[in-house]
Amino acid sequence: MSSPMSSAPSSTAADAFAAAPMPSVWRAPELTARWWPVFLRNLLVWRKLAVPSLIGNIAEPLIWLIAFGYGMGALVGQIEVNGARVPYILFLASGSICMSAMSAASFEALYSAFSRMHVQKTWDGIMNAPVGLDDVLLAEMLWAGFKAIFTATAILFVMMALGISHSPKLAVAWFVLIGVGITFSCIALIFNALAKGYDFFTYYFTLFMTPMMFLSGVFFPLEQLPAAVRAVAVWLPLTNAVMLVRPLFMDEWPQAWWKHVAVMAVYAVLAFWVALALTRKRFRK
Amino acid sequence: MPPPIFHVSHLCKRYGATTVVDDLSFEIAPGECLGVIGPNGAGKTTTIRMCLGLSAPDHGTIEGLGGLSMPRDARAIKAQLGVVSQFDTLDPDFSCAENLIVYARYFGLRRAQIEPRIPRLLEFAALSHRADAKPGELSGGMRRRLSLARALVNDPKLLMLDEPTTGLDPQARHLMWERLQLLLQQGKSILLTTHFMDEAERLCSRLIVLDHGRKIAEGRPRDLIAEYLEPDVVEVYGNGALELAQSPLKRFAARVEVSGETVFFYTQDARGLLGALAERGGLRTFHRPANLEDLFLKLTGRQIREDG
Repeated sequence: MSSPMSSAPSSTAADAFAAAPMPSVWRAPELTARWWPVFLRNLLVWRKLAVPSLIGNIAEPLIWLIAFGYGMGALVGQIEVNGARVPYILFLASGSICMSAMSAASFEALYSAFSRMHVQKTWDGIMNAPVGLDDVLLAEMLWAGFKAIFTATAILFVMMALGISHSPKLAVAWFVLIGVGITFSCIALIFNALAKGYDFFTYYFTLFMTPMMFLSGVFFPLEQLPAAVRAVAVWLPLTNAVMLVRPLFMDEWPQAWWKHVAVMAVYAVLAFWVALALTRKRFRK
Repeated sequence: MPPPIFHVSHLCKRYGATTVVDDLSFEIAPGECLGVIGPNGAGKTTTIRMCLGLSAPDHGTIEGLGGLSMPRDARAIKAQLGVVSQFDTLDPDFSCAENLIVYARYFGLRRAQIEPRIPRLLEFAALSHRADAKPGELSGGMRRRLSLARALVNDPKLLMLDEPTTGLDPQARHLMWERLQLLLQQGKSILLTTHFMDEAERLCSRLIVLDHGRKIAEGRPRDLIAEYLEPDVVEVYGNGALELAQSPLKRFAARVEVSGETVFFYTQDARGLLGALAERGGLRTFHRPANLEDLFLKLTGRQIREDG
């Protein structure tokens, strides 16, 4: 260190120019109402492309639902859930809507957020104004959650139109799906903070999301899994979401609902905290 | 001299073993344009990032704009700043007018508050006719002017401009300079980093020269040239020019430098040298007053810095 200033111990009280010690990236979130203009910015961009993106977002899950639900459903017939027998299409619909919310949130919080953060430098522009990184990240998290519930709502209406379920408890399922969107956008933002490029997200989808889809009771009951795998599977966030949403589709209240809500909430809170710390680290240059 | 609007004291920033900003202090007076010049990697952008609270200094203080201190009052300071960063961060999906409205919201301004000002901001940026165009449809100069207009949405007291004209053609640069001079006339203060010495000479009332993160000179452009340089420069090139550097002609100059195929004679009075050169013939000469570029090269050397 060539400068006498920099080699002097800078923590002594005598040094009037000592900088405050660098705060930890793990400090509590510093959130203000300034997340709203950032959220609004994303909403305004999306509004320009909403209709084509909506068609894309709901067409794929519905094609799956119809092909599997009616095709496989004819082979499988009825399936047993909590002692009741339900048509396979209902079983699949209640699982796949959780999966759709998960995918919509993940795509938005990975590819789209990464474009704004890294490629377009939108975040850098925003942070030159009086908006902190924590508010930007909160806005991105809520935005991805919004995209997820928007997609899930559209699919829910189509499912109702197809007569898959007319349970009044679908209104409660809608709130659970908001939670699914938020939980998975928080998790995805961790990987957004770590990404060097878009290729990185392929790992997230193939190594994390795809296996989880098959281990969370979306396509077949968890009871089909070996006991050891099932012991892990019950702690996956998607499993807990499906366990809440499926009974609501059947017009029943989920058993031990508080446990599933707690698991999802713990995932969401921890994931947001880790995502915030890693994003702060990424921007600390 | 009025009290400074912004001052930075004993700023240090290290990345691992490298010190990128080293005990840097400066002040910006109200209505003044302070230029920061230096080679690539001299610490200009890091200094601006610290002034914006985007990077935490290892040592030193950043204060101003009414007793505020960075990073404690980051939001209150940034509410009074206008920033044009080195690379455009315009929203590609929004038109020019929408870019301004959306950006104003980040300052807590409502649409009704900013909307009446949009035509004037666009006019300032000479973009009135392109209000509905998206940044991708604009030229580089237009995008930089839109970035400048965007930096004005909050009517800032102090502008921080990081190489605002890099990559622009001469017409676009001149238009940008006109706009910046207009802002100075309106009483705004500016902190400007630049690579262009003509830009620094034209706009800046005071300059600091940075190299390897240290301030190596500070003053008004004319004073700096007078302090560090001889007033006249004679550049000589052509066949046999390089031999002149070691010839008796040296006695006409206070200092002789060779760069590539050109010999630079720095002198108090060029007449004797020009006469002697005319007698030799066959060489091309260029006689001019010393300028900031000479100062910059004298202080920071002629070697290329490509690591910035």
